Amino acid sequence: MMNRRSLVSLLGLAVCAGLVGLGSLLSPGPSNVSIAEPVPLPSVLINAAGATFPYPIYSKWFSEYHKLHPDVEFNYQSVGSGAGIRQTIDKTVDFGASDGPMNDQQLAEAKQKLGYDILHFPTVLGADVPCYNIPGVTAELKFTPESLSNIYLGKITKWNDPALTGPNPGVKLPNTDIVVVHRSDGSGTTYIWTDYLSKINPAWASKVGRNTSVNWPVGLGGKGNEGVAGLVKETPGAIGYVELIYAIQTHIPYGVVENKAGKFIKADLASVTAAATGAAANMPDDFRVSITNAPGADAYPISSFTWLLIPSHIADATKRDDIKAFLKWMLTDAQQYNEGLDYARLPKAVVAKEMTQINRVQ
Amino acid sequence: MATSNTGVEVRLPSAPRGRGLRLGGTRGVDLIAKMLTLVAAVSVLLVTVWLVIELWEQSELSRHAFGFRFLLDRAWDPVFGHFGAMPFVYGTLVTSAVAMLIAIPLGVGAAIFLAELAPRGLSDTLTFLIELLAAVPSVVLGLVGIFVVVPWVRTSFGPFLKDIFGFLPLFQGPIYGVGFLTAGLVLAIMVLPFIVSISREVLLSVPNDLREGALALGSTHWESTWKVVVPTAGTGILGSIFLGLARALGETMAVSMVIGGTPQIAASLFAPGYSIASVIADQFAEATGDLFRQSLVELGLVLFGITVLLHAVARLLVNTTARKAKGAA
Amino acid sequence: MNRLTWRKMVNAVMSSVTALCALIAVVPLLFVLGLLVVKGTSSLNWAFFTKLPVPVGETGGGIANAIVGSAELLLLAALFGVPLGVAGGIYLSEFGGWGVPFVVRYAADLLVTVPSIVIGIFAYAVVVLPVGHFSALAGGFALGVMLLPIVVTNTEQFLRTVPVWLREGSLALGAGHWKTTMSVVVPAAMQGILTGILLALARVAGETAPLIFTAFNNAYWNRGLNQPVSSLPYMIWIYGISAYDDWHRQAWAAALLLLGLVLVVNVLSRLVLARRMASRRIA
Repeated sequence: MMNRRSLVSLLGLAVCAGLVGLGSLLSPGPSNVSIAEPVPLPSVLINAAGATFPYPIYSKWFSEYHKLHPDVEFNYQSVGSGAGIRQTIDKTVDFGASDGPMNDQQLAEAKQKLGYDILHFPTVLGADVPCYNIPGVTAELKFTPESLSNIYLGKITKWNDPALTGPNPGVKLPNTDIVVVHRSDGSGTTYIWTDYLSKINPAWASKVGRNTSVNWPVGLGGKGNEGVAGLVKETPGAIGYVELIYAIQTHIPYGVVENKAGKFIKADLASVTAAATGAAANMPDDFRVSITNAPGADAYPISSFTWLLIPSHIADATKRDDIKAFLKWMLTDAQQYNEGLDYARLPKAVVAKEMTQINRVQ
Repeated sequence: MATSNTGVEVRLPSAPRGRGLRLGGTRGVDLIAKMLTLVAAVSVLLVTVWLVIELWEQSELSRHAFGFRFLLDRAWDPVFGHFGAMPFVYGTLVTSAVAMLIAIPLGVGAAIFLAELAPRGLSDTLTFLIELLAAVPSVVLGLVGIFVVVPWVRTSFGPFLKDIFGFLPLFQGPIYGVGFLTAGLVLAIMVLPFIVSISREVLLSVPNDLREGALALGSTHWESTWKVVVPTAGTGILGSIFLGLARALGETMAVSMVIGGTPQIAASLFAPGYSIASVIADQFAEATGDLFRQSLVELGLVLFGITVLLHAVARLLVNTTARKAKGAA
Repeated sequence: MNRLTWRKMVNAVMSSVTALCALIAVVPLLFVLGLLVVKGTSSLNWAFFTKLPVPVGETGGGIANAIVGSAELLLLAALFGVPLGVAGGIYLSEFGGWGVPFVVRYAADLLVTVPSIVIGIFAYAVVVLPVGHFSALAGGFALGVMLLPIVVTNTEQFLRTVPVWLREGSLALGAGHWKTTMSVVVPAAMQGILTGILLALARVAGETAPLIFTAFNNAYWNRGLNQPVSSLPYMIWIYGISAYDDWHRQAWAAALLLLGLVLVVNVLSRLVLARRMASRRIA
């Protein structure tokens, strides 16, 4: 009897050690919904990761879509466009999202690693706004392109610099240090911002360049749009760039920017849509287009599309159908939620073109 | 029948099983048991070795691209593919230095009080509370860091330091709130309980004869402590400091939340910076391009190397004191 | 003033200074606890415990999935780390000779000091990349790797405190080595071993860094070991660094919950161990 007890103990040890491996084998995969269930359990979990720029509208969309289709869950993690691109290439998520389109090098890397293309699907139009926290100043400040780029190059260091007081004659700007805030993580919002700065300032283009992650001359790093907004809100004298809705939702004042036509334009639905009109008419087949510093009297200069990065080949049939169904919904019904969160709708021409691209997802 | 103090009784087996008093006996059950537990023990070794191998392999690209220059290079440029460890090593070292400067005097002072000067009941209670601090998760301290320490540094402590020490480059420049100083302060809170706990134990292990001898010769309580006990425990206390330092170097979450996310080498403590652990946490999941990611892994390898070295030295120091104490007793 | 008065004064002053150091050392814990209670209690409501996160900007969500997720990850970590750890500790204490135990002890010591972010990289390379996606399993593995060396060291230490005469008595009565270990030595040290495991779990429960690129995070309930999973420390992190007041509230409440659990385990464990040590001294 003693002997058996010892053997049992040994057996227990061996079994325990094997449990982990067993667990992964036995983990439940997607199960088919049974016919007679009144409320079907979610059977499919689709993982996505990427841009923080559109996170407010995406989280709304995925939540609404889940209400319409309770058997599908889209788990979107707002980790930054850089991570979205990385994880799409590594295929550690089912699809990604980015506001900086994948460049040729990244697309080639993806093609080489995965064997198929990654397709860009524009989802909404949004804007990067310069938000600030200046004690005693609640007015809407006017920024020229030069002043923005020089602030971020570290050449303008005080709020009462002539480059800032010039366009804002009625505002009393204090002699406070400017605390520049940028992203510490890989970000499409950064891509949009640096893309714009590169276009309007050759010094920026050669010194820093455009990318999701750059070598910032000055400033503090915040993680995600959320982190930048958080830092700006807590730090007197700070200036940062965030997607429009983040400034609105967190009640941080943001400025207006002078566009190519010379007018100071505030970021809103109309001005962002105006920025996209040119691109809508001439959309390239792969949908990778930049609309910063767009021509047009009423265009907001730091606007951008944002994209979902969908693999052109999805092995799992259920996931593929769910993703395609979602894309169709996204291009049609979902757009009604955009304006409530201050994102602009996709132009009709772009929607039509994307519908055809859905067929490329096999 | 023998009974241990936990009440376990040893029963006579129903039939004696022959000679088997040799340790590591040859009987079947014992052999299987020895094998299985050996496998379990070796698994620890395997995991450690595997970890080192993975770190080495996953950083191959960047090691070949940059070589030893990686350690000295200051750039961190994902656009142009140029990576160097220097800003992060600097940030790690500076924040740890600030933390140790605060935690060592406080910690050793507290340990001396708790081990030598305090009455037993008070010492036990205070030690209990201080050691609990070690259990606070890093992310919780980071939260407190963001909402309490950062504003405090920005509005009170920073300007105070600037007023008094502003002539030093260490305390010049704008005060953001986040930065090396704040990260160092938060780290100090995390390192303190380790120094207190280990130093206290080391001090307690010094044999009583030494203390009593000093007191018998007419020294005050403080004198016997400071001139006899503490020097004897000296290497052990030094070991506790090294252990605390090893802990500080690897600390991730709390530091990343308050350091300011900027890879730079700056003279001012008010400046934002980055540490090795924080940059990995922030950028690993999104490092596009293999070179970028492998550079981050290489950073991890560097950190691993430094902590291993420190830990080995620390263990050596602590064990030396323990052996000295046992020898003297 | 003569020399004696001076020395007495130094004695008094230094005693006060060191006492002050000790008091200062106690302040952070009390401060953090107090702060969390003040800021977090009001948000510990029913919705917090039972609801899933809602879209950003809306209010009324909770972190039910993170609470369950943390429990799940701890269970996985325990499955990986506890059996191996206890068995390994038994080997080191009962069977070991000179070579292997020394190396294993050194490796365990080393593994404990590895920064948690590096363990995260390891788990990413070893579980996430081959499998192809993030999973609770990867997160549990990372936490298990952190748990393992602590449990091994702890188990060995407590087994060693069992007096030799207990082992010898059992062997003298004819019990085999393994029988002695399992029937006599381990039960005698069981209290210590179990509390050690609980303390290690409490320590690992608060870890965020290893989960960032292993468990990933999940806006919904975790649906399986090979799916991503949310966790308490992770939510505290992303909510804490955001700019939304509602998220901040939830971060405080989550931090209070986490710290509360960790402290309760720590306090109870220490009390149990202290009682055990006290009874040991009497014996």
